[in-house]
Amino acid sequence: MSAGFHIAVCGSLVPDPLQTLEPVDTPAGPGLKSEMMLPAVLDPWAAHALYEAAHLAKNTGDSKVWLVSLGPKARLQQLMMNIAQKVPFELVALDGPAGGFSDAYEVAAALAGAVEKIDGLDRPRLLLFGGRSSASRDAGVTLQMVGERLGITDQFLAVDKLTVQDDGSLRVLERVEGGVYQASVCEGPPAVLAWSTGELPEPPNNPQVGMQNMRAIMPALQQAQPAAVSAAGITYRNVEVPRQRRDTKIVKDVPAEEIAREIVEWLRS
Amino acid sequence: MEKILFLTHTDPDGALPRVAREVLGGAVQLSKDLGGAPLAVGLVGADVGAAADSVAGCGADAFLAVAGDDFGVSRYATDAAAAEALARKSEATLVVVPATSRFARAIPGVALRVEGRVDTHVTDVSVEDGKPQIERWYYRQRMVATLLREQRPWFILVDSGVFEPLEGVSGSASLESVPVDPPATRTQVVGIEAAAGEAQTIRPDAELLFVAGAGWTKKQADGQPHVPEAEQLILGFLEKSQASLGSSKSLVDQSGEGQTVLSFMSHMNQVGQTGSTPRHPKGLATCCHGEEPHVVGWRFIKERRAVNLDPGCGWAQGKADVLYVADAFEVMSNVNELLGQG
Repeated sequence: MSAGFHIAVCGSLVPDPLQTLEPVDTPAGPGLKSEMMLPAVLDPWAAHALYEAAHLAKNTGDSKVWLVSLGPKARLQQLMMNIAQKVPFELVALDGPAGGFSDAYEVAAALAGAVEKIDGLDRPRLLLFGGRSSASRDAGVTLQMVGERLGITDQFLAVDKLTVQDDGSLRVLERVEGGVYQASVCEGPPAVLAWSTGELPEPPNNPQVGMQNMRAIMPALQQAQPAAVSAAGITYRNVEVPRQRRDTKIVKDVPAEEIAREIVEWLRS
Repeated sequence: MEKILFLTHTDPDGALPRVAREVLGGAVQLSKDLGGAPLAVGLVGADVGAAADSVAGCGADAFLAVAGDDFGVSRYATDAAAAEALARKSEATLVVVPATSRFARAIPGVALRVEGRVDTHVTDVSVEDGKPQIERWYYRQRMVATLLREQRPWFILVDSGVFEPLEGVSGSASLESVPVDPPATRTQVVGIEAAAGEAQTIRPDAELLFVAGAGWTKKQADGQPHVPEAEQLILGFLEKSQASLGSSKSLVDQSGEGQTVLSFMSHMNQVGQTGSTPRHPKGLATCCHGEEPHVVGWRFIKERRAVNLDPGCGWAQGKADVLYVADAFEVMSNVNELLGQG
C-alpha cells in the first residue's frame, strides 16, 4: 500500500461572518433574506481543515486532496474564485442548498454518497476531514454521520493537531473541557477528523495553484449532481434574530482608581 | 407516550460531570411536563456505581449501565457502542444528553445507527401542545429557533448553563447492567496535554470571563507596545480573580502573522465566530474592538462590562452594560492592587 493519504475535506459556503442576517419564511422552510445575494466564504473551520489537508498532502508523498462541497452550483463557482488559489485540491460538487436549516442527517447522506463515488479514492487510505461545526447550522454532527455511513469508527472532534508518526500511526490532539487537549493515537487511516482552528495560517494566494485547480473545478461544477437535502420531519415554530439591545452606561473622565474600585465591587457582588 | 433516556458518561473519577447534573434536571422536568413520561438514566464509564447513587432519587424508573475499563475513556468507537446499546435497551423516543466533548463526538453517529435524529447546542427543552420542542441557535448565535421533530428516537444534546444542577437526590440506585462487547478499536487514548504555556487560563466554571483584545499588544501612549507588562497584568488578574480568559480573533491570529503576542494565548481562548461561546455570569472585556464576533462570543454572558479608549466602540455600545472609557493598563493595575488587598 502507498504511504500517501487520500483526504476528502467536507466543507461549503456560509454567509460572510460580518453580514447582517435576517430569517425569512420560504416554501421549503426557514431561510435567509436575500440568501443568494449574500457574500459568502468557505466555512471557517472547514477552511482550516482544507489548509491542514493540503499541508499534510504536501508533506506526505502520493497524497491527494478532494474538497466535497454541497451548495448552489452558481454560488459554489463564486466561492471557488476565492479559494482556488489557496491550496491544491480537486472539487467534488453537489448542487443543493447550503443553508443552516436543512437537516444534517440528509446532508450527511449526500456527502457520504459523493465520497463513495470519488473516482480513484482508495478507502483504506481515506482521511475524512471537515470543520468541527459549520457557521450555519453549527451542529457539529455531520462529519460523524458521514463517517458512520462510510464505516469509519475512528473519529476525532475539535482537532487542532495531527502528527503522522514514524510507524505511520496518527497522533491526534482534540480540544476537550477546561482548555486542554486529549491526545490519542490511531493506527492509521481510515479516520475522521473534524478540525478546530488547527495550527496553520490562511495560505497566501498562489495564481499557479489557482490555474491548476480551475482546470478541474469548472468541469466538476458542470457535472455537479443535484442533492435534494431538506428538513423533512422538522417543524420550525419560530426563527428570529434576538433584538436585545442593552442600555450601555458610558463612564468617562473618571480616574482609573475609581473605575477599578467600581469593577472590584462588581466582581465581588 | 414518549419514553425518555437521560444518557451520560462519568468523569475519570467516577463522578458525574456538572453539566450532566444540570441536564438531568432538565430531563426530569421534561418527564413531568410530558405527563409523567417514563424516565431512565443511562450511564457509561469504568465504574458507574457512585454516579448512579449520586442521583438515585431523581425519580428515574430505571438505571442502566454500560461499565468496564474499555468504557472509561473518551473514544468514539467504545462510546458509540455503549450509547447505542443503552438507546436500544431503553427503547427511548427522546434521548437527552449533556453536551460534553466526549458525547458531542459520539452521539451523532449513534443517532444514525438507530435511525434517529440529533440536535445539538440546545438551549431549552420544553413542551407545547403535548409535544416536546427545543430551542437552539443558528448561524453562530446570530438567530434562534424553536423546533420540533417527527422522527424518533430524537437525541437532544443540551449545553451547559441551561438548567440548574440537580442536587440532594443521592441514595442507592438499582443498576441494570447492559452487556456490550467492546468493539475492536485502532485508537488508544494516551493522555491529556496543556494547550499552551504553563498557565491554566480557561476555566469553564468561573464566575467571570475576562476577554483580552488586540489593544493589549498595540502601541500605548508613549508610542511603544508593552506586551510583557500586559502579560503580567492579565495573568495577575486571572490569578487573583480566578476568571477564565477569552480573546478576540485578532489577538490570537497575531501569532500566525509573526506579530508580538501574549505567550499564554492560543486559539483555545478565542471567543466568537470561530471560537467558543462560553457561559459565565459576568464578562469583562478589555481593549476589544469590533462588533459582531464579540457579540456572538458573548451571547450567553449575563452581566457585561468593557474597558477601552473609544466611547463610540461598536462592540460595547448596546452590548455591554457599562463601558469604562479609560486606559486598560491603568485600570487593571489598580484592579489587581485592590484584589491583592483582599
